[in-house]
Amino acid sequence: MEPLDFEKPLMEIEKNIVQLKEKALNEKIDFSETIAVLEKEVIEKKKQLYRNLSPDQRLKIARHPNRPNTLDYISFIFKDFIELHGDRVFGDDNAIIAGLATVGGHGVVVIGQQKGKDTKEKLFRNFGMAHPEGYRKALRIMQMASRFQVPIISFIDTPGAFPGISAEERGQASAIAVNLREMMSLKTPVICYVIGEGGSGGALGIAVGDKIVMLEHAYYSVISPEGCAAILWKTATKTPEAAQALKMTATDLHAFGIVDEILEEPLGGAHRNPQEMAQTIKLSIIQTIEEFSRLGGEALIRHRQEKFRQIGVYQTQALSQPSVSQTEMEIGPSPAFNKPVE
Amino acid sequence: MSFFGSKFNPFQTSKRKIPDGLFSKCPKCSQTIYNKEIDANLKICPKCEYHFTLGAWERINLMIDKGTFVEMDKSLISADPLNFQGPKTYPQKLSEDQEATGLNEAVICGLGNIMSIPVSFGVTDSRFIMGSMGSVVGEKLTRCIERGIEKKIPVVIVSGSGGGARMYEGCFSLMQMAKTSGALSRLSEAGMPFISILTNPTMGGVLASFASLGDIIIAEPDALIGFAGPRVIAQTVRQELPEGFQKSEYLLKHGNIDRVTNRRNLTQEVFQILQVLYQENRKEVGIEN
Ligand SMILES: [Zn+2]
Repeated sequence: MEPLDFEKPLMEIEKNIVQLKEKALNEKIDFSETIAVLEKEVIEKKKQLYRNLSPDQRLKIARHPNRPNTLDYISFIFKDFIELHGDRVFGDDNAIIAGLATVGGHGVVVIGQQKGKDTKEKLFRNFGMAHPEGYRKALRIMQMASRFQVPIISFIDTPGAFPGISAEERGQASAIAVNLREMMSLKTPVICYVIGEGGSGGALGIAVGDKIVMLEHAYYSVISPEGCAAILWKTATKTPEAAQALKMTATDLHAFGIVDEILEEPLGGAHRNPQEMAQTIKLSIIQTIEEFSRLGGEALIRHRQEKFRQIGVYQTQALSQPSVSQTEMEIGPSPAFNKPVE
Repeated sequence: MSFFGSKFNPFQTSKRKIPDGLFSKCPKCSQTIYNKEIDANLKICPKCEYHFTLGAWERINLMIDKGTFVEMDKSLISADPLNFQGPKTYPQKLSEDQEATGLNEAVICGLGNIMSIPVSFGVTDSRFIMGSMGSVVGEKLTRCIERGIEKKIPVVIVSGSGGGARMYEGCFSLMQMAKTSGALSRLSEAGMPFISILTNPTMGGVLASFASLGDIIIAEPDALIGFAGPRVIAQTVRQELPEGFQKSEYLLKHGNIDRVTNRRNLTQEVFQILQVLYQENRKEVGIEN
């Protein structure tokens, strides 16, 4: 596995350890003490390194080509997965997977964006960027889950909804908006896992849930850091600054109360040990299903509505401050027309 | 309609290419026209019918019966929850746009009448950080929708947003999409209609949430309306965009909106729609006038 830039120094030490072990074996010299010291050092340094990654470095892990994706987790976590296809109107979007499965004795509906690993799969999955029919397929199947009181597990991993001609023609914005509204009134637990990329509205389109969980190195952002850098700094080279400014890491979003829980990743990221990561997610899924299944449909809806209703930070201007209405009167054409009626 | 008298100078505070303030160049037909002439014409180009952007108060004056508008929640102002470190700080950007527009945020909400029908009304102003939605816009619009539920009156929101969800507030902005959409789910449950009016431009996270959820969606002519920006799309698909792509008429043709309506007829049309959807509805639930 190609190391990421910031992993290279540690990779060097690891390489030295391997060489030392070989040398010990070949020349029958006992280096075991030195090796033990080095190995301990590597683990300590790794912990340090991965705990203190910059948002930009985390982004590289979130987008790592070997990072486990929705289908990986489906195969590791669930039994008897039956994939369901199509929006019954236009087509079947391969960027969003949906189906039935079981986990820990619970029947569930699984939804998730699938990015694809090799070039062929990436093209087939459109890099995990869904068209409107993908969001509509997801909603159709989630509404079915709601009818039969089946919990919904949603895996979020997309750079964004597809920005294309046909996507616009078929109502990309409308498809996402309708999902936001309709997911609010699903009468079954909806549990969301941001497993890699939480790319803006395209991510949110399947992420209106009772509990939002994020993997340690995943990101969730209103805009891609590249897009933000291009708009505000007018250059893509400022992506690291944008990634920092957007506060898009799990830690930030948990502190903001937007994300409910962070799941720790195996040392170095989920791709270093996909099974271990899957096991962590599986435990979380089972626990959360049991927690929310106790609530009835109406209570779930109230809880979900309230959860999103309270998100937002603003201040209330003191009445003693310069009168706002004064300002308003100045802006428009003629004060007579623009004066707000008190 | 006589709201726009001769004293009306809607360009007073907007940035203009022609400095003397007497003329404007129409972006569509490229003709140079007297500002007075444009203003007298509801800011519609007299030569080609191009709809110039209206500020929030101009929109209120256009659509809400004179003397009936009561602004709500105007004391809500933006905080800087991310302590955003960009080329400009968020407070800098806010105060710049407050100065330029005279508004304290990108939305004005309140109660008023449309040809005597009471409505909960909201309008975003595309001049204020591109009409983008942060916590304040999301909160004010959510309250605007909730007033529709509480008072059992229709909700009318006019959107103008080139910016979508506001970058400066990160995921707080993104979540306003879910928040406003959730409120509309409750409005729908309460049996009150929501009329969404799309003006030039309505993009991104604003279109991908409340603006697309109207029981009726009306667009002004020739407005740019889309999820992704045209430049991003052109770069992604590497092909030329079709003629009229993402314009109101194109969306109408593709079945995305109910109507394209000239500004001159907008208020009358919203009134007619509400007469059917709301007055009838009131009879059904037995609420007396
Ligand atoms: Zn013109």
